[in-house]
Amino acid sequence: MATKIMMPKLSDTMEEGVILKWVRKEGEKVKQGETLVEIESDKADMELEAYDSGVLRKIVVPEGGKAAIGALIAVIGDPNEDISGMLADDSPAPGKAVPPEKPKETAPKGAAPAQSPTPATPVQPAGQPGDGRTKASPLAKRLAQEHHVNIAGVQGSGPQGRVIKRDVEGVLSSGSAVPQRTHLAGTSEDVALSPIRKTIAKRMTESKTTAPHFYVTIEADMEPAMTFREQLNAASESKISFTDILIKATASALMRHPQINATYLGDSMKQYHYVHMAVAVALDEGLVTPIIRNCEQKGIAAINADLRDLAERARNRKLKPEEYTGATFTISNLGMYGVEDFVAIINPPEGAILAVGSIVEKPVVKKGAIVIGHTMKMTLSSDHRIIDGAVAARFLQDLKKFLENPASLAL
Amino acid sequence: MPTVSLREALNQAIDEEMARDERVFLMGEEVAEYNGAYKVSQGLLAKWGPRRIIDTPIAEAGFAGIGIGAAMCGLRPIVEFMTWNFSLVAYDQIANHAAKMYSMTGGHFNVPMVFRGPGGAAHGLGATHSQALESIYAHIPGLKVVMPSTCKDAKGLLKTAIRDENPVIFIESEVMYGDKGEIPEGEYTIPFGVGEVKKEGKDVTLVSWSKVLAHIVWKSVEKLEEELGISIEVIDPRTIKPMDYDLIVESVKKTNRLLIVEEGWPFASVGAQLSDEITRRAFDYLDAPVERVNQEDVPLPYAKALEKHSLPNIDKIRTGLKKVLYID
Repeated sequence: MATKIMMPKLSDTMEEGVILKWVRKEGEKVKQGETLVEIESDKADMELEAYDSGVLRKIVVPEGGKAAIGALIAVIGDPNEDISGMLADDSPAPGKAVPPEKPKETAPKGAAPAQSPTPATPVQPAGQPGDGRTKASPLAKRLAQEHHVNIAGVQGSGPQGRVIKRDVEGVLSSGSAVPQRTHLAGTSEDVALSPIRKTIAKRMTESKTTAPHFYVTIEADMEPAMTFREQLNAASESKISFTDILIKATASALMRHPQINATYLGDSMKQYHYVHMAVAVALDEGLVTPIIRNCEQKGIAAINADLRDLAERARNRKLKPEEYTGATFTISNLGMYGVEDFVAIINPPEGAILAVGSIVEKPVVKKGAIVIGHTMKMTLSSDHRIIDGAVAARFLQDLKKFLENPASLAL
Repeated sequence: MPTVSLREALNQAIDEEMARDERVFLMGEEVAEYNGAYKVSQGLLAKWGPRRIIDTPIAEAGFAGIGIGAAMCGLRPIVEFMTWNFSLVAYDQIANHAAKMYSMTGGHFNVPMVFRGPGGAAHGLGATHSQALESIYAHIPGLKVVMPSTCKDAKGLLKTAIRDENPVIFIESEVMYGDKGEIPEGEYTIPFGVGEVKKEGKDVTLVSWSKVLAHIVWKSVEKLEEELGISIEVIDPRTIKPMDYDLIVESVKKTNRLLIVEEGWPFASVGAQLSDEITRRAFDYLDAPVERVNQEDVPLPYAKALEKHSLPNIDKIRTGLKKVLYID
């Protein structure tokens, strides 16, 4: 009995997925529970396991192709079963599968390989998401170099998307061989949005147009935290960062102010008595926010270990959905770029977000004298539907106290 | 041009060289009284007498060694192995003495002789009598390896081999002895290290030699060209060592793709060597990795069906062509 494999919903916000890699090829046996395909959602790269055993009869969406949630991407069945009916009626799927753009058959007539009606393997964009490397035959590379074609922009029709002679010739004969090595002055280009980028665009627009934002900034003396960090690092095997201390301090402050650690629900609001802290990690293709769970229960060392692991896997795009969903609050830190202060957009359904700047050396007044101090500015963006200015201010005041008296974090 | 069988072409080469040079003689099992196990030496005993056409005991190491000694003393022996499988008994003589004598005596003694006989599989002879051993001879410095696929090439190359000042490994095939082909009239020789484009084509270069070329590739090429809609260029290097790399490189520059079809096993085979050399010499001209068709990496089964499956055949050539041409 053949089974349809549909594009699964891999995150709450996912609308479509990109097939990164078919782990099994057409005609190969598949066992229940084995990884069948790798899919890129709007959040991460995920492995999809086969729910049934059988032979992978048909790959409907090739590598590099997109499909909406619920769209048919493959069929598993018995080797000799007739599956034509299944392939024909893929209409019940709510979305349609979109194969990647086929390379133009522009190879010169008579070149036999080009006459083959279909390429040997599914077509893949040259710049593969897998390893980021453009595979090309030595001949194709030489031709590309001679004709100043950027081989990374050529769609490969060879095995595993390898760019071969006919692909480069195709580009040349179609006249689109604009040298792409450098961006020409006065030109523009259209760059497709990555799934992550699309999600950010949608979510941030939603946030800024529905949640009335207001902003409150406070400045904290960071010298006690600096001393505290030195003391921690003298005792800790792993290097503790300011971010680790900040996360702990914020979590402690949030536990005292459940109105900030909350979600607006129309007729009610949900206040959380735990802190799942999202920390923004910048990737080339966009922002991801892995989550450190139950920060209120964790010590600074545990937070440090979690953050290291999550940030590393976020960079490798190996986060699981549960690792970036369900946050109650977000911290965004641009201090490492020398930014003194900035304002952030709330990450719905959270009620507030903290934007953190760098620690700045500057003159401060202490005990009536001007001395050199170290201060840091933090700006809280709050959803005014559930948070008022005084509430935000009191939260920041407590946060400042924790940072200026970090020993209290140990209580 | 007269048409002869391959055994006749070889017989003519030996006969002509014996007439040309009285130092040339032939020895081996059954070469004299029986006129050769495969009748290559037909009539030679009657013509040249037992002093120059010599039957030996079944003792390959012994008569290979006698041949080497005779060559060192100034004669021009042709030592026939009933098959190259039996040469393994004499491998020490060939690899350690024939191949190295000139170098190890500082040039005082050269070994101008030919070791010849049929190599490779015939039909149902079992694992020990069916081996394509060209790679283990080509591996040894000091040996030249010659493997013709046509009557014309066989005669011209054997004459060159007999005149060579150093030991030559000359590999024929049991199933080719009856093959008919035209040869030029009169005296001619073919130099070593010069391959030949046996058929021009433009999509892929196919390199093959000896029996696999004569009996398997030629029976497949036209059919596969039509079936796959491709044009195949066929090159016969004729001598395995020295190898005419230049000819193959020139062809690959045109076709950008190379398939090697050989009878030997895949590991460290002649095709492996060729693939390495061409990949480096023609790197910037390759549009696909070099592909190879070999015998399966097992002792050749005796069972007919398994033997057929193990050896190179049209199905393996088809698969190799599709792979190298990226045809689905």
